[in-house]
Amino acid sequence: MYQYDAIDQQIVDERVAQFRDQVGRRLRGEITENEFKPLRLQNGLYMQMHAYMLRVAIPYGLLSSEQVRKLAHIARTYDRGYGHFTTRQNIQYNWPRLVDVPDILAELASVQMHAIQTSGNCVRNTTADHLAGVARDEIEDPRPYCEIIRQWSTFHPEFAFLPRKFKIAVTGSRSDRAAVRVHDIGLRIVEQNGERGFEVLVGGGLGRTPRVTRKIREFLPREHLLSYIEAVLRVYNQHGRRDNKYKARIKILVDALGADGFREQVEAEWALIKDSALRLTDEEFERVRGHFAPPPYRTLPDSDGAVAAMSLGTDRGFGNWLKQNVKPHKVPGYSIVIVSCKPTGGAPGDVTADQLDGLANLAETHSFGKITVTHTQNAVLADVESSRLREVWQRLTELGLANPNIGTVTDMIACPGLDYCNLANARSIPVAQRISTTLDNADYLYDLGDLSLKISGCINACGHHHVGNIGILGIDKSGEEFYQLMLGGSAGEDASLGKIIGRAFPSDEIVEALEQVLALYIERRTSPEESFVAFYRRVGAAPFKERLYASA
Amino acid sequence: MPLPKLTSAPRTILKSGKLVADAWVHLGDDDALPATGDVLVSRERLLTQAEELAARRGAGHRVGVRLTTEDSAQTAAELLDRVDLVALYVPKFADGRFFTTARLLRERHGYQGELRVCGDVVPDQVFYMHRCGIDAFEVPGPRYRLEAALKALGTFSESYQGALDSGPRYRRARRSIARAS
Repeated sequence: MYQYDAIDQQIVDERVAQFRDQVGRRLRGEITENEFKPLRLQNGLYMQMHAYMLRVAIPYGLLSSEQVRKLAHIARTYDRGYGHFTTRQNIQYNWPRLVDVPDILAELASVQMHAIQTSGNCVRNTTADHLAGVARDEIEDPRPYCEIIRQWSTFHPEFAFLPRKFKIAVTGSRSDRAAVRVHDIGLRIVEQNGERGFEVLVGGGLGRTPRVTRKIREFLPREHLLSYIEAVLRVYNQHGRRDNKYKARIKILVDALGADGFREQVEAEWALIKDSALRLTDEEFERVRGHFAPPPYRTLPDSDGAVAAMSLGTDRGFGNWLKQNVKPHKVPGYSIVIVSCKPTGGAPGDVTADQLDGLANLAETHSFGKITVTHTQNAVLADVESSRLREVWQRLTELGLANPNIGTVTDMIACPGLDYCNLANARSIPVAQRISTTLDNADYLYDLGDLSLKISGCINACGHHHVGNIGILGIDKSGEEFYQLMLGGSAGEDASLGKIIGRAFPSDEIVEALEQVLALYIERRTSPEESFVAFYRRVGAAPFKERLYASA
Repeated sequence: MPLPKLTSAPRTILKSGKLVADAWVHLGDDDALPATGDVLVSRERLLTQAEELAARRGAGHRVGVRLTTEDSAQTAAELLDRVDLVALYVPKFADGRFFTTARLLRERHGYQGELRVCGDVVPDQVFYMHRCGIDAFEVPGPRYRLEAALKALGTFSESYQGALDSGPRYRRARRSIARAS
């Protein structure tokens, strides 16, 4: 993984000093809360319902065991013993005190971490496929490009006060596990005539006005990565709306100009800067790529057959886990383990300090000392020898991180909701917990198959409800929590936005409504091979409406 | 144009890395033109009073234009031969368009004169502003804000991306290729 050099370290150290000074001035009353707000936000510090919330950056989700231990230490020392993995592959703490935050940042800097630009109207943490480097369908590891983007975007002087936040995701695989089509910029690594480059997608996003990206370039040679992104940002910074924060994301500008109009402006700007110093050098690619060289894998026989055989063994628990939570690795003899942070009845994405320490140890002994956080709020041990899967399963079971539900309906994304967030209209976590408890039947979950459920507590859509095969949106009706059901969304390469099925359900009916939706699918699908989303696309909303509302 | 947050002359500003006295007078569109001295006027006034202001320059007084965040770098570039100073008036600090305007004025339109920022200037923004080519800062409020701005110029000793003060890090110096880990 990327190792800081002296310059990288100096930059994060100076950031700590800067924030310490800013907090000092705030506490002395030398800056107003109004002025302090953008400063703290650019360090990921929000004011929530009950306390501050600190969001720590995990570039493209990748962590070393040492870093994971530091995150555990911070949870124990400065918070209430846990943290929460986010949909940007970051981690957030819900209870830090303002006066402690400079010290927390200093702790992070000691392990090459920071909270830079995890909030605010700036370029946020660049996310990537969580199977980067190990996926079988990968063309190239996207993380070196993410790191190049991270460095370029860190304290970019021109783009720190954009109309609104700006999110970039990169995938190097054919399957899209990084939801690139719902980002402000989505980059797909592609190859043309033997040359590596990017397909450039812009203007995706969720929130009040959900949009799937529009393609503005088929092929961008890789040396132009930064000049092209800079051109996009420059057009956006000048012309994005600033009169209404709900219409300020780049998607609205792309809507207004049309994809062609937007492309024209970007290409005109790009033509003026593409051959400037922004053009990346081969030396820089090599320098950064050197940090992501594969770990020293052992030469092992292929293990696909052995893993399949183990999964059919008499131990159901282990077998289920192998089938659901273990994915094929590109290197023979190795497997990818998805660590489920979705225990039955738990808050999706929450991890305790002890779990973090346990994960750090397990990564060290079984996966070259690395873990990756996924945008679906789980974690990955990317490089586990298949012959040691049972040990890993046992250890994860002890840690409460082996729920065999990856990809199933209980592997849901949920935002923090009204329990923490002052934007929320309704609670998300208790709904997620009730669903997870109600549907806790392995046979039923596996029969339902791959099915994404995403829950947001308000229209801002942090829980990505528009792109869940099933989405749940919390709303407020005269002080009472209601939940809308949306069907048919997808965050993958077949990205689509779900549609509201009908009137919202009160809190005590939403789980039952979800069960009805699932029952209808099971009853009417052509075969278990027809996925929920395929079924929905075939039959449309009508049968679901009838089932849910006919009796009313 | 109303001038709600502008500091009045004489004032102390941050300029070229120092706190210095400054006597430029901000004129609203209806303010009378003083007999002597350096004046900053809106773009509209610069154009409508073009002859008078040109004559003033001919007589040895300086004239500057105060642009808003609505004005593009291209708009500003068309005025450069009429002025001795360009000031970017920022109504709200979060309106970041002026960062692009400043940078393009320097990089694309070759403006070499004083590039000043005024209005709702937050001390902590000056590091970014300076990298975008702004070299003079009117910081409203108590003196400690100006001092904080001076200090903020040196917040970071290194930057990754290229701007007015330096090229991108990867083109400046060889960085060591770390071992894979």
